Amino acid sequence: MDSMTLLETHDLTRHFDGIRAVDGVDLSLRQGEIHALIGPNGAGKTTLVSLLSGRIRAQSGRILFQGRDITAMPAHRRVRLGIAYTFQITQIYRALTVFDNVALAVQWQRPANAAAMVMEALERVGLQAERDAIAGTLSYGHQRLLELAMGLALNPRLLILDEPTQGLAESEIARFDAIVRSVVPQATVLLIEHNMDVVMRLAQRITVLDLGRVLATGTPEEIRANRAVQAAYLGE
Amino acid sequence: MTARILWTHVGALAALLAAHVLLPAYHHGNLARIMVLAIYATGYNIAFGYTGLLSLGHALFFGAGLYAAGLTAYYTGLPGWLALLAGPVAGGAVALALGSFALRTAGVAFMIVTLMFAQAFHLAILYLGRWTRGDEGLVIARASRQLFGLDLADGSVRFLVAWALFALTMVAALIIARSGLGRVMVAMRENEERSRMLGYDPYMTKLIALGLSGAMSGLAGGAYALLFGYVGASLASVQYSILPLLYVLLGGAGTVLGPLIGTVAMFYLIDLASNVTDAHQLVTGAALVLLILFAPRGILGSIRDRFARWIP
Amino acid sequence: MDFGPFLLLAVMEGLVSAAVLALTASGLSLVFGIMRVVNVAHGEFFMLGAVLAWFVSQFVPGPAALSFALALILCPLVVGLLAAIADWAVLKRLNYEPEATIVATIGILYILQQAALSLFGPDARPVPAPVDFRVQLPWFGYAGYKLVVVAAAAMILTLLWVVLSRSRAGLIMRATQEDRDMARAFGINVDRVYAGVFALGAALAAMAAVLVVPITQAHYLMGGDPLLLSFITVIIGGLGSLRGTLIAAIVIGLTDGIVSTFFAPTLARIVATLAVALILVVRPQGLFGRTAP
Repeated sequence: MDSMTLLETHDLTRHFDGIRAVDGVDLSLRQGEIHALIGPNGAGKTTLVSLLSGRIRAQSGRILFQGRDITAMPAHRRVRLGIAYTFQITQIYRALTVFDNVALAVQWQRPANAAAMVMEALERVGLQAERDAIAGTLSYGHQRLLELAMGLALNPRLLILDEPTQGLAESEIARFDAIVRSVVPQATVLLIEHNMDVVMRLAQRITVLDLGRVLATGTPEEIRANRAVQAAYLGE
Repeated sequence: MTARILWTHVGALAALLAAHVLLPAYHHGNLARIMVLAIYATGYNIAFGYTGLLSLGHALFFGAGLYAAGLTAYYTGLPGWLALLAGPVAGGAVALALGSFALRTAGVAFMIVTLMFAQAFHLAILYLGRWTRGDEGLVIARASRQLFGLDLADGSVRFLVAWALFALTMVAALIIARSGLGRVMVAMRENEERSRMLGYDPYMTKLIALGLSGAMSGLAGGAYALLFGYVGASLASVQYSILPLLYVLLGGAGTVLGPLIGTVAMFYLIDLASNVTDAHQLVTGAALVLLILFAPRGILGSIRDRFARWIP
Repeated sequence: MDFGPFLLLAVMEGLVSAAVLALTASGLSLVFGIMRVVNVAHGEFFMLGAVLAWFVSQFVPGPAALSFALALILCPLVVGLLAAIADWAVLKRLNYEPEATIVATIGILYILQQAALSLFGPDARPVPAPVDFRVQLPWFGYAGYKLVVVAAAAMILTLLWVVLSRSRAGLIMRATQEDRDMARAFGINVDRVYAGVFALGAALAAMAAVLVVPITQAHYLMGGDPLLLSFITVIIGGLGSLRGTLIAAIVIGLTDGIVSTFFAPTLARIVATLAVALILVVRPQGLFGRTAP
């Protein structure tokens, strides 16, 4: 593993009742890149990132994070190691205030000034004015931003975003672009995304998944030119 | 801590003291009992109200404290404070032991598992009747109920000690509720998966909460044994698992003062009802059904929702 | 008495427990299987069946057999109706949310217990058996009515089995169990099915109680033990599986009968309770259940 690699998987596999959701995946994420994960529905994208974040266990294969084997590590410890996951379906504490939602992401880091850190994360997504609102009362777009703010406040080395732009308006997506760009190169972003415009705009590298296997990995240009990808996905 | 939160809780404690001075003697024994039960409800609230652990087996922790303190006082010549201390230690230890098993389940399975363990404990007390005298119970002699030279059998002393123990428990609950741990407990209640993905271990958080809850319940049990001088199997029966649930539901789950309010309200509701009918179980049952149907947030919880979000 | 006949007696006693338990537990199992409701008040429906049987035996003149037959029909009907009302007035309004439902059924437990205490009193009261004959074996005589209980329970359970697996009502219940929303889409009145299932579950407990009350007497606190044993049975049998519940009831009933003939019943109860709690921790779907609920 070279020093530029943040995370890599070797032959990572997870089956569900005989369905090969993730089937021998080798993936490598570089320090400070925006890496997109694309593929048709059912390709195994969400299963793959669930394996990376520890929400589900791998059946075989290995996951290395900063050179360390984390395959058997529970999810909450991976978060503290620097792997943050934002949910595809918004998962916020609907009954708590916006501030408390983000404060929970900050608390275990025991920073000198926790409140300042919370506000900084809220400012990055533009929700500082909503700090005392009850999270469940926010608009859908703002709830997505809050979810993102919680991910940012974890101060991750790797931020996994599972379909972050789903259901957002065009204007909100523009704001989202800027936020994701601001994360790199200090940290790495792994982005699952259906919106091809967003992927082509943001990603430095793209991995295409199909039927649980890696079909291709490369720059956006390489992926666009790849015939197998065109056949399986882009040309559908 | 903001001033109004501090003053609300200090005020509640002062009101209890004032009640002792102002109310006729009839209420003194009642109030001592209410405060011991309110300690129990406060402990239950840490698990159920804040962490979302709906246990049907807290009589196990209350009973562990009751018998740890009661048997110590009855059979050994150890000083009263040691017997009292045995209560929370036993309650906490049993809660941690039970939690290490039961917390592998959730929801309905957790309710049944806790119910079963408490039932086994109740049966064990009956089975060990040679030492516990089962349902008949043990009456602890006045000489064994001394705490630092204070005679716990005396009505006024009993009230003040119950008050002091309740104050201690309430302050502890307030500190827990406003601490980082309290916030994580609420986070587990609200959304466990989200909390896990923010870096918190659900199992450990719940185990700590259950341990604290068990220690408070055990303190209540120990205080009951020494203050009222009686330990019996019926105090560890399933009814005593339901009581704190009822108090907390009525007063407001997840509020610091809710358990006290619920205990006072329920106690006097049953007291009033006994003037009309001897059917106090009917009051308990109807209260449970009506609360869960129409006011699941309880008295203080409803007030907090409508008027005062700052109530911890 | 020698060991052999003693064991035979224990087995026969065990068969009676098993028969009563199978009826009671299948009611609990049915309610959990189809409605996903853990009915803590189940033992009180059992108790009500026994208490009502006493009232029938007191106020219906004529031979014991006649009033008993009437009780066997009437008590389950009344108890079932009460259960249907409880379902409509309380459980349905809670949308069958599991934890709230348990709290509510605890409340119903208290209300029913108090009602029995107020109307029936604190004493245990006997109900005469409808038949009175002894079966004389070489070693001991045995109350013939106990054998009638076993036979009657077997008949009722067979009938239940046929209804559930062969009839249209059984089909509707199973469809509702599979998928509540789909059943509704097919025009099934899910509310009515739920009320019916809850009533049927309670009625089965009441039937078991009417059958057993000539042996045990009626008492307002008699619901606790059947509740605990039914819980144990349903959990070991695989939550919601009727076949598993029946097998478990026979095993547990026999064990309970045999064990309590030879050992202290309390100790046996403690061990059984702890075992069930541990089973739930290790296998939340029950010992013989296949998939998690």
